[in-house]
Amino acid sequence: MSKDLTEKKSFLESEGTVSLLVVLLGFLCGTILVLLVGRNPLNMYKAIVQAMTGFDIDRGRLNVRYIGETLNYSVPFILCGFSMAFAARVGLFNIGGEGQYIVGMTVAQAVALLGPQIPGVHWMMAVAAAVVAGAFWGGIVGILKAKYEVSEVVSTIMLNYIALYLSRMVSFKLPGANTFRTDNFPETAKLTNDFFQQITRYSNLNNGVFLVVIAIVLYWFIMEKTSLGFGLRATGYNKDAALCSGIPVTRSITTSMAIAGAFAGLAGAIVILGSFAHGRVISGMDNYGFNGIAVALVGNSKALGVTLAGLLFGILKNAQPLMQSRQIPKEITLIIQGLIVVFIALRSGLYLFQQWRKTKQIKSGGEA
Amino acid sequence: MEILINMIPSVLMIVAPILITAIGGMICERSGVVNIALEGLMSIGAFTAAAAHVLMEAAGAGGGSVWIALALGAAMGAIFSMIHAFAAISLNADQTISGTGINLLATGATIFAAQVLFNADRTREFRMGMQTDGLGFYPTAYIALVVVVVSWVLLYKLPFGMRLRACGEHPNAAESAGINVIRIRYIAVGISGLLAGLAGGAVVLTQTIQYTSNTINGRGFIALAAVSFGRWTPLGVTGAAFIFGFAQALSIIVVNFSALRSLPTEVFNIMPYLITLAALVIFSGKNYAPKAAGVAYEKGAS
Repeated sequence: MSKDLTEKKSFLESEGTVSLLVVLLGFLCGTILVLLVGRNPLNMYKAIVQAMTGFDIDRGRLNVRYIGETLNYSVPFILCGFSMAFAARVGLFNIGGEGQYIVGMTVAQAVALLGPQIPGVHWMMAVAAAVVAGAFWGGIVGILKAKYEVSEVVSTIMLNYIALYLSRMVSFKLPGANTFRTDNFPETAKLTNDFFQQITRYSNLNNGVFLVVIAIVLYWFIMEKTSLGFGLRATGYNKDAALCSGIPVTRSITTSMAIAGAFAGLAGAIVILGSFAHGRVISGMDNYGFNGIAVALVGNSKALGVTLAGLLFGILKNAQPLMQSRQIPKEITLIIQGLIVVFIALRSGLYLFQQWRKTKQIKSGGEA
Repeated sequence: MEILINMIPSVLMIVAPILITAIGGMICERSGVVNIALEGLMSIGAFTAAAAHVLMEAAGAGGGSVWIALALGAAMGAIFSMIHAFAAISLNADQTISGTGINLLATGATIFAAQVLFNADRTREFRMGMQTDGLGFYPTAYIALVVVVVSWVLLYKLPFGMRLRACGEHPNAAESAGINVIRIRYIAVGISGLLAGLAGGAVVLTQTIQYTSNTINGRGFIALAAVSFGRWTPLGVTGAAFIFGFAQALSIIVVNFSALRSLPTEVFNIMPYLITLAALVIFSGKNYAPKAAGVAYEKGAS
């Protein structure tokens, strides 16, 4: 759709506004659903307020621990959001965030349990290894797409499950592994931050926050300020035009999928080294990768948008147990998230509506 | 050999739902709409069938209960698939996004409904699921056979099938030949939803005693893989579903084989995905996929 640059964008054409409307619509439908099953939707919002501010409206008490947990929960959502968003900018649909997250988590916990316990270096090695592993897992998708024309939608779904079962096989071999966990991590591998713990009443908030801030800045910088980002975006807009202007499309696709994977791999490392004291033998998916798709869509693949959307999802996740204790089935948050994605899909209808209105305007203008 | 023969009923039990779902997914893609919501639609069908069966059992319904439950599961799958149809066909939405949305929605909606109906994050356990016949086969195996045969007749022997395939290859040409592309695609998505819902019910009524968030556990995605690996033909998809189902069955009964016992069960779990990925690479370049699959059809824009 071509837009005149001087033309002032109408209210509904601003991406941010549409995202906001979509989110509000999701909450509206969620609220109606809660009403329909005979529960009080106010309790849902009380839980959300408590997750966001730490303030319990019913008891009039403030506990800053909730703020810390919300921020901590937001971390993997934001990073998996970037994973999806980065690929989306080159026109690829990365459903593989989940697999890249799992691979990152598994490698991080392996390095944490087996690596040299040097203070200050050990955790960095674990995180770096996870980022590389995630990049590798994403890069496979890129190579399959660029060289063999394998649809990234299918290949990422396959790689998610391959990652899940590979992770189980590897984790079973780690020290002290039973059916669901391994030995405890040495202190040198953890991302624990004593200061954060003190100011948030011992929440799980950890050094991962710094890594996320770096990731946000890096994402913004690569996308908006470098020629790599320009090449990637150009590939996304028009592959043939990009090819003709000398942008290496094949390499662009592989690079961007690798970078996308790196973000998700980092998320895996931060979750396992920051919020767990031991390695995990996972039996299912954490769904951060899948929710990252929603986060990126709500955030319009922009650095700020994805961050805000990730915070929203973090709030919802932290509000889940608070809802359950207030007689609201906690799965309402999943329904709201699902609805948001469905509404984003329906958003294309908005463009159809605008086109229809424009043609109508032109027609009526001609008649007058 | 005897062990292999004894395996047949459990292989069929595992293959049937995957095959039924995959045939639906195949029909959907042949009409030009990619449906990655199969996983979610199976969950919807499985929950509906489990919940309906438990409630009817409690109300004293007899042996017909499983069949009504199965039908309700299929109906619910079809209803939910209409969200995808509306988004993808009427609004030209990104088919991957709306499919992902339904998958996310299904996870939440099923457990939410379980919480409301049963005050737990799962349905109550039912006493008796489907019963096997004299050969040890569940009725779902026969249903799967019927679905495969009907899909073949539908796609290759009836005018409707020819029109459906035309919509998936070249919708503009189909439209100019007087075919209603929109209507055919709606029907195809509906069929895939119906079959995925039915298959979800089949999983829950033959393989478990209740619905939990783990019941479907990737079967919808295996079905999606079977569609690609089976190269979008009924026979190919059937073969793919059998290979995948066999691998899954092996992971359960591997203890009977001394030679394979030392392997972790994950090796078998990984097979369907690995085989599909390998096949996609090997067959790359030769395009078996319907040409217009996944592309929104805009009337008059060609």
